[in-house]
Amino acid sequence: MTQTQELTKADFVSEGDVKWCPGCGDYAILSSVQTVLPTLGIPKEKFCFVSGIGCSSRFPYYMDTYGFHTIHGRAPTVASGVKMANPDLSVWVVTGDGDGLSIGANHTVHMIRRNMDLKVLLFNNRIYGLTKGQYSPTSEKGKVTKTSVYGSIDNPLNPVAFAIASGATFAARTNAANPKHMQEILKAAADHKGTAFVEILQNCNIFNDGAFAKYLDKETKSEENLILEEGKPLLFNNDTQGIVMSLEGSHPRLIVEEVNATDTSVSITGKKFLVHDPKNEDHTLSYLISQLGVSLEGTPTAMGVLRAVRKPTYDEVLYEQEAQAKAQRGVGILKKLIYSSDTWTVTEESQAAGV
Amino acid sequence: MVTQEKPKETLSSVTIRFVGDSGDGMQLTGTQFTNTSALFGNDTSTYPNFPAEIRAPQGTLAGVSGFQIHFSSNNIHTAGDHLDVLVAMNPAAFKTNINDLRQNGILIINEDAFSASNLKKAGFKEDEDVFSKYLNKFRIYKVPITKMTLGALDGLDMMAKAKERCKNMFALGLTYWIYSRSLDPTLEWLESKFGKKPDLFESNVRALKAGYNYGNTTEIFQNTYEVPKAKIVPGVYRNITGNQAISLGFVAASELVGKPLFIGSYPITPATEILQELSMYKNFGVKTFQAEDEIAGIGSAIGAAFAGQLAITTTSGPGIALKSEFMNLAVITELPVVIADIQRGGPSTGLPTKTEQTDLLQVLYGRNGESPIPVVAARSPSDCFLAAIEACRIAIEYMTPVVILSDTQIAIGSEPWKLPDLETLKPIHTRIHEDIDTFAPYRRNDDLARQWAIPGTPGCEHTIGGLEKENITGKVNLSAEVHEEMVKIRAAKVKGIADKLPPLEVYGEQSGDLLFLGWGSTYGAIRTAADELLASGCKVGQVHLRHINPLPNDLGEIFSRFKHIVVPELNSGQLLMILRAKFLIDIKGINQVNTKPFAVSDLVIRAKELIGDK
Repeated sequence: MTQTQELTKADFVSEGDVKWCPGCGDYAILSSVQTVLPTLGIPKEKFCFVSGIGCSSRFPYYMDTYGFHTIHGRAPTVASGVKMANPDLSVWVVTGDGDGLSIGANHTVHMIRRNMDLKVLLFNNRIYGLTKGQYSPTSEKGKVTKTSVYGSIDNPLNPVAFAIASGATFAARTNAANPKHMQEILKAAADHKGTAFVEILQNCNIFNDGAFAKYLDKETKSEENLILEEGKPLLFNNDTQGIVMSLEGSHPRLIVEEVNATDTSVSITGKKFLVHDPKNEDHTLSYLISQLGVSLEGTPTAMGVLRAVRKPTYDEVLYEQEAQAKAQRGVGILKKLIYSSDTWTVTEESQAAGV
Repeated sequence: MVTQEKPKETLSSVTIRFVGDSGDGMQLTGTQFTNTSALFGNDTSTYPNFPAEIRAPQGTLAGVSGFQIHFSSNNIHTAGDHLDVLVAMNPAAFKTNINDLRQNGILIINEDAFSASNLKKAGFKEDEDVFSKYLNKFRIYKVPITKMTLGALDGLDMMAKAKERCKNMFALGLTYWIYSRSLDPTLEWLESKFGKKPDLFESNVRALKAGYNYGNTTEIFQNTYEVPKAKIVPGVYRNITGNQAISLGFVAASELVGKPLFIGSYPITPATEILQELSMYKNFGVKTFQAEDEIAGIGSAIGAAFAGQLAITTTSGPGIALKSEFMNLAVITELPVVIADIQRGGPSTGLPTKTEQTDLLQVLYGRNGESPIPVVAARSPSDCFLAAIEACRIAIEYMTPVVILSDTQIAIGSEPWKLPDLETLKPIHTRIHEDIDTFAPYRRNDDLARQWAIPGTPGCEHTIGGLEKENITGKVNLSAEVHEEMVKIRAAKVKGIADKLPPLEVYGEQSGDLLFLGWGSTYGAIRTAADELLASGCKVGQVHLRHINPLPNDLGEIFSRFKHIVVPELNSGQLLMILRAKFLIDIKGINQVNTKPFAVSDLVIRAKELIGDK
């Protein structure tokens, strides 16, 4: 048995070479995951990393854990099978914006709505990297790529909004370029019981360099990042601005207000600035917050845990039902099952008796 | 009531088909007749036939649902070629089935349903005398089934519609009388089903008895028949469909492997009942996962296999198409997954409720790359039990995906099953590996089966995946030499399965003029044809394959003992093509793709032509 207290980052580093492009944001994610895992108190052999296809999905090869590099878009299905077979395992899905939201979007929805106890790391670089630079489902409209020479005419998906709308019990966003924040979020995801969906903004320095530069540039980062903390008001830009809710007719909208503004009448919450409440049963506000920055011009992007609600997980209930069935009907006995239906016996005598 | 003794004639075999609207309860009527006949001691074989639509518009040709039962004092293997009795509850049912009734057969129709509007719905003229041209061909009995049923239920406080629904029981009672069957099994069944609903119980009992008494007291039926007990091997029996038997086979295999059963599936006709059946067995540790689609079904099964369970996915042809990429992942990761393909008519959505054997080439070759997958086939409803266990045995002992083929005919058809002695079933040995020092993911035993170290095993952490890999270490390696070596190893592993198979059984003559070689649901028709030919002095043999990939090693030697090799298939010659390519001999096919099982008589005629054609 592996002694969990002895585990270090080195225990999770596989011996082979890592083959992502030099400068790829994936390196920081790998390092952060390897940093967080030894802190979780879980034996090494209980971790299982399952991925699909794409740059992100090479991840399991670089981890010294159980791993499965499956097929394009289908990692949630395999991971669900692993988890149902053995709920003691800590099962992680590693996917990307193409793998998880294009070819595999269907499985992502169903994994989330079932609340299967899986940790999902979706690397979002807004581009297809492994096939060398085509637009992805999160690419911004108008983006010029090798397959959108005149600019992409697809409307982009917002991964966290997609997860929340699918019924996610845990949804978070972080940035691979901010390892400290990323490690906090990874720890929170690992501690969550249920599907924990984490969008990790990750720079592809070859095919989409600088996609998330505004979150990092000294000039803009204060006004572009809204760091979420439970119980704290939604303030940003060195606490000089905050998020309030207003009604446009019947439609709730999040807007930016200056902190020194005195008019509080625009709020429907009774308080001027919204207070972050990721554990609220209702996901409406989390959904609205997920839109900030990504779908709402002129607002900062929410970084952190948008939603964390404890609900029964699919695998928990699956095993509860099994235990109940065994308690109610007794542990199944094959012979009884096969001989249970309407049977009849043919004997030598009954044969001799004729009609 | 006046009861009369009418003359009784003894028959060896009878085939009855009950047909009506899909809401008329024909499946239930047929099932009751089957159970009663089986309990009496006949051998039975059934074949339900229903439309793809759940409830097509009432009275239309599209909505006709039928249930055919063949019962006999002999051992029988098919649901019968031609009908001795057709019970048609409306004009549409009459129109779509009358051509299957044999010369001088009995036609019983519900006279009340032959109204102008129903005739029109069935495509007849409103005032057409639809029976006139059959008067000399069949014995026609026009029975006012609806009126008689309503009359029998007079005084019961029920809606007229609900009363009318009991007319299937009247028809059942009448056929029970004609064939001298006891009402008791059905009365007991009604008691268990409707015991708590007195109105429904009373009405069904009255209708059943009214039908029986109608036969007994009216003058129109001149005599009754009896079909004596069959000579059946002593034992405990139950009736079983293929889908039930395959489900029980998987549960039994799970016990033989010593690992819980996991089934990841998506509903699809005609495989859905397996998922339904297994979902009842939670107390056996069976986990059923109704996935979001066919792909997720097999994906979850592969995940469960990686994590050490006996993993199954069930589907039909269109689902195989969707699962193909994942089947290949199981090939390259060498994980034990059983894929049950309950074949139906294709291509595309095709004919969801009809039978065909047209997926063979798909499951053998319908994937990218060199992708060997063992294939086994079930030959009859009850045989699905042993076929399922064999599929699981190969998967677990050789660490490979395995396809088991069944089809609509055996999936929903039923026959009496002599219950197996479970102690005689051999344990299935896993390749579970826990020793750190000797572990390597692709280290193999003599059968070339790799080690199975499941997540949670300390010190055996490893990653597998869809990229080509080295033997033993399992490390990703895309070099030319490694790829060629792995292609050969995967092929050799599957080919090697044949080395441990028992010798093939040749039924009938061990050498001679003609060998029937078949697979799957054609077994019963071929066996019956072989028996007829043997009885008429022809030197014929029959081999029916359990294993289609790999083919048994002794097949070529058996071929050399016969002048003609004939492969009857419900496709355009799929196994035929493989055999001709492999053995380079002029094997002939008998092929039919018309949604129907083979008629025994067609096989006999074709075989005689070949034998005579020396």
